Amino acid sequence: MHIIVCIKQTPATANVQIDPKTGTLKREGMAAAINPFDEYAIEEAAAIKERVPGSTVSVVTMGPPQAEEALREAVARGCDDAYHVTDRAFAGADTWATSYTLQMAIRKIAEVKKPFDLIICGKQTNDGDTGHVGPGIAAWLDIPNAAYVGKVEDVKEGLLRVRRMMEDGYDVLELPTPCLISVVKEINTPRIASLKGKLNAKKAVIPKWNADDIKADKSKIGLGGSPTIVSKSYNPPPRKGGEKIDGATAEEKAKKLVARLREMKLI
Amino acid sequence: MDYDLTEEQQAIVETARSIAQNKIKQVRAHYDQTEEYPWEVIEEMRKADLFGVYIPTEYGGLGGGAFELVLAVEELSKGCAGIALALAGTALGAYPIMLYGTEEQKKKYLPDLASGKRLGAFTITEAEAGSDATATKATARLEGDQYVLNGTKVYCTNGKAAEIYSLFFSTNPSRGARGISAFIVEKGTPGFEFGRKEEKMGIRASPTYQLDFKDCRIPKENLLGREGGGLLVAQATFDVSRPGVAAQALGIAQGALDEAFAYARTRRQFGQPVISFQAMQHKLANMAIEIEAARALLYQTAKLITRGGKDRWTKESAMCKCFCSDVAMRVTVEAVQMCGGIGYMRDFPVEKYMRDAKITQIYEGTNEIQRNEIAMMMIKEAAREGKK
Repeated sequence: MHIIVCIKQTPATANVQIDPKTGTLKREGMAAAINPFDEYAIEEAAAIKERVPGSTVSVVTMGPPQAEEALREAVARGCDDAYHVTDRAFAGADTWATSYTLQMAIRKIAEVKKPFDLIICGKQTNDGDTGHVGPGIAAWLDIPNAAYVGKVEDVKEGLLRVRRMMEDGYDVLELPTPCLISVVKEINTPRIASLKGKLNAKKAVIPKWNADDIKADKSKIGLGGSPTIVSKSYNPPPRKGGEKIDGATAEEKAKKLVARLREMKLI
Repeated sequence: MDYDLTEEQQAIVETARSIAQNKIKQVRAHYDQTEEYPWEVIEEMRKADLFGVYIPTEYGGLGGGAFELVLAVEELSKGCAGIALALAGTALGAYPIMLYGTEEQKKKYLPDLASGKRLGAFTITEAEAGSDATATKATARLEGDQYVLNGTKVYCTNGKAAEIYSLFFSTNPSRGARGISAFIVEKGTPGFEFGRKEEKMGIRASPTYQLDFKDCRIPKENLLGREGGGLLVAQATFDVSRPGVAAQALGIAQGALDEAFAYARTRRQFGQPVISFQAMQHKLANMAIEIEAARALLYQTAKLITRGGKDRWTKESAMCKCFCSDVAMRVTVEAVQMCGGIGYMRDFPVEKYMRDAKITQIYEGTNEIQRNEIAMMMIKEAAREGKK
């Protein structure tokens, strides 16, 4: 089984700040790491590889030169081959252009390595937070996809059975391969990179592909190819502290609370 | 302090640290309390390849040596010295095979010990033969192509959890010390049973068992080294394994210092953090000085052992074990003191470091025995010098 994991290097914090002047994310001077949700994607691929003999895992990212660190970390955690899609022309891509670019890279991986059976993405990134890119890739490739996957129940020849987490429970879906899943953090506990993995990661040869290498249509990549226009973005105002209900006993507090809620016409 | 670690050694430190901080700290109180075996953590250590750091690549290891083992054990012990024994105790069982095993024995046992698929253990101790190993009573009798084992060994670290045991029996009781031989015994061999499990002061996540042998038959090929050479096997093993105990002690000391320091920075009394008091600062400084001195001695010794070039390292390894464990004891006592009342409580991690530290002054030779050996080596060296 050939599994391809899509990852992104993002700021190593959930508190990403926005530059109020440009409306873009402030990345300078921020420590970068693998997007936390992608760590679950890597772990799930590594776990399936252990379950299904003869499996191989490829990992791909679109990003600036330093994103290679994230790819090496992914190799340390069990991915076999890494591919780095990097070109100034990709900069500023929205989720439409990003998913277009990644699927072109995936087509190229299938060509140079072997056809893929499964693509795994994290459910979203911790900087963009959209959750569009995984399903977007599936749409471009015209393959089935399941988002918010909380468990891979079964992996069989040509078929994948997964649990898709819903607000009120979960759906059990069967997808013919090749297919794409994007995974939630409940799916597994990412392992600590093994020493052999770390040593492999140091030695790994990672091809760098530009727009021409993946035969990308220049009108569909980067800022120019992005139909989304960010008109304004801002930091949400900090939440004010709540109101505290004091009282000597629980009964007194409850009475005061009810009175206050009535006053606010909430009950 | 920068110890010029290679990239591989740095990777070992980071990996072991990550396991200690992310997988061990959260569960150490549970295993300390219940004395259950921490298989979930062992699995993490296996997946991370930590069991192979000191074993040559041709036997499935990562090709490091005593120094790499020291680095891993120290980091794990910062989390929990009991759990770290899964690795250190396995190494103690593996060293006799690495040092005295035949090619067949190495090929048969080292790959599983390197991957952590099977854990190892080592015991020389008996009820009447502690520091005086020459008083070994358990016997191994050659019958055809098998040895028949009888008797009882005690205080076996990794007991029951381990599957490969390096053990010592007398093949010729009339010859005393020269009648002791080393053997590899596998768990599950008929006649090899586990006796009582000890209830301990510290390192409670690590099982300590009595091993009972009643007409236990093992293949003749499981003799390690030559018949009657057992004591040499044990001594040569201790030469390279004692830095492992020292590393465990050092990790305990550093872990206790880290916890106590963090607490003293946040604890406020008389309107200020208690770390602002000179009495606390001097304790802190003394602990840090002792730990760094211990680390320098240990790392240098472990590097020399890894480099090789000498048969025996008795004096140097005894110095490491003795000094690091004495430091661990002093530092952990002070760490509890720095934390005051809460330091004494079971729901705060510092008292456990103090309980765990004590064993490092006792096992793999008490510190009294270490001092005897250091002095003995000094006297021998002086005598050799005098002859020249």
